[in-house]
Amino acid sequence: MAIKIEQVKSVLLKNARVVDPQVKLDQITDILIEKDIIRKIGPVREFKGKTVDCKNKIVIPGMMDMHVHLREPGEEHKETVITGCHAAAAGGFTELACMPNTKPPIDCRSDVEFIKERAENHLVNVHPIAAVTIGQAGEQLTEMGDMIEAGAAGFSDDGKPVLTAALMRRALEYATMLGKPVIDHCEDLSLSESGVMHEGKISAVLGMPSIPSIAEEIIVARDLLIAEYTEGLLHLAHISTAGAVRLIREAKSRGVRVTAETCPHYLVLTDEAVRGFNTLTKMNPPLRSENDQKMLIRGLKDGTIDTIATDHAPHAIEDKECEFQVAAFGIIGLETAFGLIWTHLVEKKLLTLEELILKMSVHPRQILQLPENKIESGAPANLTLVDPDIMWTVDNTAFESKSKNMPFQDWKLKGKTFGVINRGKMILTV
Amino acid sequence: MQLKSRHLLGLEGVCQEDITLILDTAESFKKVLDRPIPKVPTLRGKTVANLFFEPSTRTRFSFELAEKRLSADSVNFSKVGSSVAKGETLKDTARNIEAMKINFVVMRHSAPGAPHFLSQCLDSVVINAGDGAHEHPTQALLDMMTLRNCFQSLKGLKVVIVGDIEHSRVARSNIYGLLTMGANVGVCGPATLIPREIKALGVTVYPGIEEAMKEADVLNVLRIQLERQKEALFPSLREYRNLFGITRERLDRVNRRITIMHPGPINRGVELDSDVADGDYSVILSQVTNGVAVRMAVLYLLDGGRQKLEGDDHGN
Repeated sequence: MAIKIEQVKSVLLKNARVVDPQVKLDQITDILIEKDIIRKIGPVREFKGKTVDCKNKIVIPGMMDMHVHLREPGEEHKETVITGCHAAAAGGFTELACMPNTKPPIDCRSDVEFIKERAENHLVNVHPIAAVTIGQAGEQLTEMGDMIEAGAAGFSDDGKPVLTAALMRRALEYATMLGKPVIDHCEDLSLSESGVMHEGKISAVLGMPSIPSIAEEIIVARDLLIAEYTEGLLHLAHISTAGAVRLIREAKSRGVRVTAETCPHYLVLTDEAVRGFNTLTKMNPPLRSENDQKMLIRGLKDGTIDTIATDHAPHAIEDKECEFQVAAFGIIGLETAFGLIWTHLVEKKLLTLEELILKMSVHPRQILQLPENKIESGAPANLTLVDPDIMWTVDNTAFESKSKNMPFQDWKLKGKTFGVINRGKMILTV
Repeated sequence: MQLKSRHLLGLEGVCQEDITLILDTAESFKKVLDRPIPKVPTLRGKTVANLFFEPSTRTRFSFELAEKRLSADSVNFSKVGSSVAKGETLKDTARNIEAMKINFVVMRHSAPGAPHFLSQCLDSVVINAGDGAHEHPTQALLDMMTLRNCFQSLKGLKVVIVGDIEHSRVARSNIYGLLTMGANVGVCGPATLIPREIKALGVTVYPGIEEAMKEADVLNVLRIQLERQKEALFPSLREYRNLFGITRERLDRVNRRITIMHPGPINRGVELDSDVADGDYSVILSQVTNGVAVRMAVLYLLDGGRQKLEGDDHGN
């Protein structure tokens, strides 16, 4: 599918339900956009330019996904900055942060500049997350100051945890001095070892090497203690267990500066899905138990979990068409995230529209200390257009992403984004 | 006479009728094996590829013999090495072999689910000869056949599997098969080698070997792998024997017959003492004999079970 990026001279979004909890906005009205600015929110009677009929549609602040793997440089056969941005736009995202575990890892200024340059003319803003340590090797800190100047939005050794407590302490102290968070992938490698799925009943049935929930929780606990001690800006990536939610909730209640994310797949699938050895259900952290899922949803609801990010992890067919143990970890998520969350959380009244906007648009920008994105007159037009009623069937052959690896093929979903507007550009998808 | 599934990937989900059919059929083949010329033309013209990605002596021999006894042609492939090592993918290997026109694939592989994956990429009938710690269905079938010979019925029988349950495909297949057949199954071994949620499978967990032996009719004793010691899963073979070894003294203390099974190869003086392994209560060599008959039955039934079993056409 060839995505079409239109330049916006002026465009009118007609009869939209415009919702932005940041400015307490929820009304059916028109939005007039000129170039990249919202000129007017209110009835526009006469307008000759391009008009998008938004009757029964919703306009929300452009969504941001703060956990994406773009695979460039190094694995361009899986994804590139451009195909990843296309996929993001097709999934309703106007901004994304990409993880540094490329080949080589993003660990110096020129690497950050390379990513920024690749995405320069795209509608989607790309914010590189840079490595905490050189080569993500867990030894020496990277030149964080230099990379922030070049556009790095945060630091992570994602794919691996920040290896030692001492290193985490120094990284948090240093990054926080510069006003950016450290994002940790919480996994005690000595406990996860060669595990490939959640340790529980299903792993006992399948005889599969497994990853206990404490592998995540021990590093979450470690990081929370260090964040409290250093008053550092800590963000915990892809939280998957009930115990981690409990630890984060407790830390937040004592004022620790921590934020946390989870992913759509943990909210809609459990380790039951691994029965049958479908390698598209293999990711790290693994799909967990039903109770973990329940506690994640509760954590989203009560504010313990701040954001939903996709952990979009493109892999080639051959990386998944193999034995479960050999298969690569991870699934793509940019083009299904909204539909999954809308169908399985919003429609089921587990999450409100306002909460969805906070989790998928407002908070990621706050966590990475990026400029806020509000729907108000005079503000940059950075918007996602939502069709809340459309019924659709997930079909990865129509995806913009170069990779197709995800377990949601043929799922029937309700609700989809149908367009994005940002940086004076518009993409409409049907 | 046909099984409900096209492949034999495991015993989880295989119904009582199918297991009974396999065991009954195996009894008929066992009689064939006792003939002066122990061979039938049942699978003449059929080709079996034995793909062994893990070292195996008895299972590979047993399958090969079963194939030869049924007059099938067989080809063997064994490649031992890390499955993670880059090279030809499993799918490519198997599809290339299938392109040479074969009917059955018998596979041993270190990755759980590898035969399930294969069954999705091939037209051939796939028989699991052991996939990692997941299943080893023909082993459990031959175990059940052996037990039926000793006890008539499996219903209500108390079987305790002793040893490294976590890493054992023999344990899992036995659990699924025996529970389906109405037996009571227990497991016993070091806490570090018992899966955390094993109870959810419907088995009793015995913390000590004495408690287990108090209740068991049968002990199925698993081989303890020395490499688990290096992984800090148990301290030493000596300690293992002290806590879980099946010794004459322990058996004498129970003062009642307990049937002893072992899938082999035995670590004598570790999980099983020689006088127990070779003693009156041991059915270990019957297990091996039954293995060939069970594998013949499985191949025959998965081929469609079309030819008559009894009568002259087996006279060769």
